[in-house]
Amino acid sequence: MKELTIIVTVKQVPDTAEVRIDPETNSLMREGVPSIINPEDLNAVEAALSLKEQYGGTVTAVTMGPPQAQEVLEEVVAMGVDRAVLLTDRAFAGSDTLVTAFTLSRGIMKLGTFDLIICGRQAIDGDTAQVGPQVASFLDLPQVTYADRIEIVDDCAHVQRSLEDCTELVKVCLPALVTVLGGINRPRHPSLYNIEKACDETCVSIMGAGDLKVPASMLGLNASPTGVKKIFEPERTTECRYLSGDEKEMARTLINHLKDQSIL
Amino acid sequence: MDFEPTKQQMMARKIARGFAEQELEPFAQDRDEKMEFPADALEKLADLGFMGISIPRNYGGAGLDSISYVLIIEELARACASTAIIVSVHNSVGAYPIYALGDDAQKEKYLHDLATGRKLGGFALTEPNAGSDPASIETTAQADGDSFVLNGTKTFITSGSTAETLVVMANADRSKGGRGVTAFIVEKGFDGFSVGVKENKLGIRASDTCELIFENCRVPRVNVLGGVGKGLSAALNALTFGRVGVGAQALGVARCAMEECIRYSQDRKQFGKPIAKFQAIQWMIADMATEIEAARFLIFKASSLKDQGKPFAREASMAKLYASEVAMRTATKAVQIHGGYGCMKDYKVERCFRDAKVIEVYEGTSEIQRMIIARNTIG
Ligand SMILES: Cc1cc2nc3c(=O)[nH]c(=O)nc-3n(C[C@H](O)[C@H](O)[C@H](O)COP(=O)(O)OP(=O)(O)OC[C@H]3O[C@@H](n4cnc5c(N)ncnc54)[C@H](O)[C@@H]3O)c2cc1C
Ligand SMILES: Cc1cc2nc3c(=O)[nH]c(=O)nc-3n(C[C@H](O)[C@H](O)[C@H](O)COP(=O)(O)OP(=O)(O)OC[C@H]3O[C@@H](n4cnc5c(N)ncnc54)[C@H](O)[C@@H]3O)c2cc1C
Repeated sequence: MKELTIIVTVKQVPDTAEVRIDPETNSLMREGVPSIINPEDLNAVEAALSLKEQYGGTVTAVTMGPPQAQEVLEEVVAMGVDRAVLLTDRAFAGSDTLVTAFTLSRGIMKLGTFDLIICGRQAIDGDTAQVGPQVASFLDLPQVTYADRIEIVDDCAHVQRSLEDCTELVKVCLPALVTVLGGINRPRHPSLYNIEKACDETCVSIMGAGDLKVPASMLGLNASPTGVKKIFEPERTTECRYLSGDEKEMARTLINHLKDQSIL
Repeated sequence: MDFEPTKQQMMARKIARGFAEQELEPFAQDRDEKMEFPADALEKLADLGFMGISIPRNYGGAGLDSISYVLIIEELARACASTAIIVSVHNSVGAYPIYALGDDAQKEKYLHDLATGRKLGGFALTEPNAGSDPASIETTAQADGDSFVLNGTKTFITSGSTAETLVVMANADRSKGGRGVTAFIVEKGFDGFSVGVKENKLGIRASDTCELIFENCRVPRVNVLGGVGKGLSAALNALTFGRVGVGAQALGVARCAMEECIRYSQDRKQFGKPIAKFQAIQWMIADMATEIEAARFLIFKASSLKDQGKPFAREASMAKLYASEVAMRTATKAVQIHGGYGCMKDYKVERCFRDAKVIEVYEGTSEIQRMIIARNTIG
């Protein structure tokens, strides 16, 4: 078995489900909200590192985001990732999932040949689970989503997919892209041994629009075919009604009420 | 003057905090109750470099500075003070003296295993009749050819039954008093070395505190650490570094207690409002926050002096004294703020209270710290 060149995509996300929304711009207000690595991306990193431990090779982490997204790269280097690439440029701002995936795929093309791309299934903020499949499509790679096990056999990966009502075992030729579920493994902790490397200025390479040789018209907000029309918190309309009377009476009222609502 | 930790130091703290919150905090209460040694957590800590925090990388350590070291101990202690003291003792008085005083052969043989956490370290000075006055130890080391024969009993030794490599103090020439005290590297398997009573303690209960018995225990002469008769200064130097870590441990306990109070006082309502709205409660928390900050800077000062290679015995004692007393005061107020609930085992502050008291005693009582500070201040 030859050594594996693995790429993992990681996204910096706000640390809370209660992200506030700017009513003017319909976008997330990230300021003041602590940032973390998207949880399933930690699983992607763990999957990549354990494959590296089994078969040898290298793991490169890629993220697209603002300059402070470098933090998540440093953290995955502390977990044991070999190299990290930050795609950052004002021109990338406002990308929708399609353009995010396009930009990531262009960044990945710059890294040379590889055997496997591992993504988290879904980001906890955007929540679309689209970026992985879109990257595969831009790079013309076979894709296997919802993985909860990955094994390498010769030049293929045997991937177990955990679907709603069944488990599917898929054999896919490398290079390929796999998106992983949170249950695939338990991500390791970053190590004190790797601090020096993670804090070394040369550990993260930075690429902007110019490095990708992509015209600005294909990047960012303007190139994004989808836009957010409105973001709002769902109104809570539950009301609690108390029934009175004896048990029979209350039961009858309840049944009538459920019938009125076409529930019964 | 810059009060912000460096990028590396912040990363060390973040790694320790993440580990502590996930792997220590959820189990700390149960371990305290059952006096259960955190063996599995220590194994994971070893893999991640926590057992050789400031031992250079070429000996298998993580090679971090002393500021990183205290930030790490503080985070561990905030989650589980018992695990923090095991790690602190191992690093500062277990492994460090072998790094600082050991010859090449000793480092080769013992340091790598300690720094990588393959073996747990311990430090045995205290005896039934010698605590604050280490020069008066009664354990003897009789020279006999290529070895010394140790006889005596040590008491209250952290990791006593679990440590595999211990720095043990014994007197090679009692006629010389303190100048006969000698440090030995003792392996768990040495003939004549056995573990006695395991203590049932007030606090720090998940750490194993034991009696050690030496009955004609033969220790090779090559295991003398730092020279015959040089043991007292070896012990005091190791303890100086140890005290900075114990200060950080106290700080972690104090922070844990304060954080519990901040949460609890905003939830708990009396007289129609959260008790945090009462000035009496606010002032207690304000005092906690102020003292915790002051303790932190004393600990940073001592660590920073150590990193610069300057004398730091006075500052180490100040850090240990002040931080442990802050932990005790904070924990006492924290129990008060929690009212009846604070007296119950279900609440963390109850454990903090018991842990803080122990920290005021070990690695030199408050009185002994004041003695050292006075000696270094008055002259
Ligand atoms: C409030 C809000 C509004 C949005 N509006 C739109 C919209 O109108 N139209 C639209 O198409 N999109 C929209 N997005 C999505 C936004 O563009 C996405 O955050 C981004 O494109 C990634 O998609 P995702 O978060 O759904 O990631 P997912 O597709 O759920 O992520 C899957 C995996 O892809 C990888 N990945 C995702 N993003 C990155 C990255 N930046 N760098 C590296 N790896 C990454 C990670 O491995 C991740 O686990 C919106 C998001 C939010 C939060
Ligand atoms: C949980 C725990 C773990 C420990 N781990 C270790 C370990 O790993 N290795 C080890 O060697 N020891 C260990 N010890 C022992 C600890 O360091 C001693 O208990 C401590 O130094 C005090 O000694 P003592 O108990 O003999 O008290 P004593 O020395 O008898 O002191 C009794 C009281 O007298 C006071 N006192 C003594 N001398 C003076 C003076 N000159 N002036 C003013 N007051 C004075 C003391 O402050 C104290 O209040 C541990 C103790 C505990 C509780």
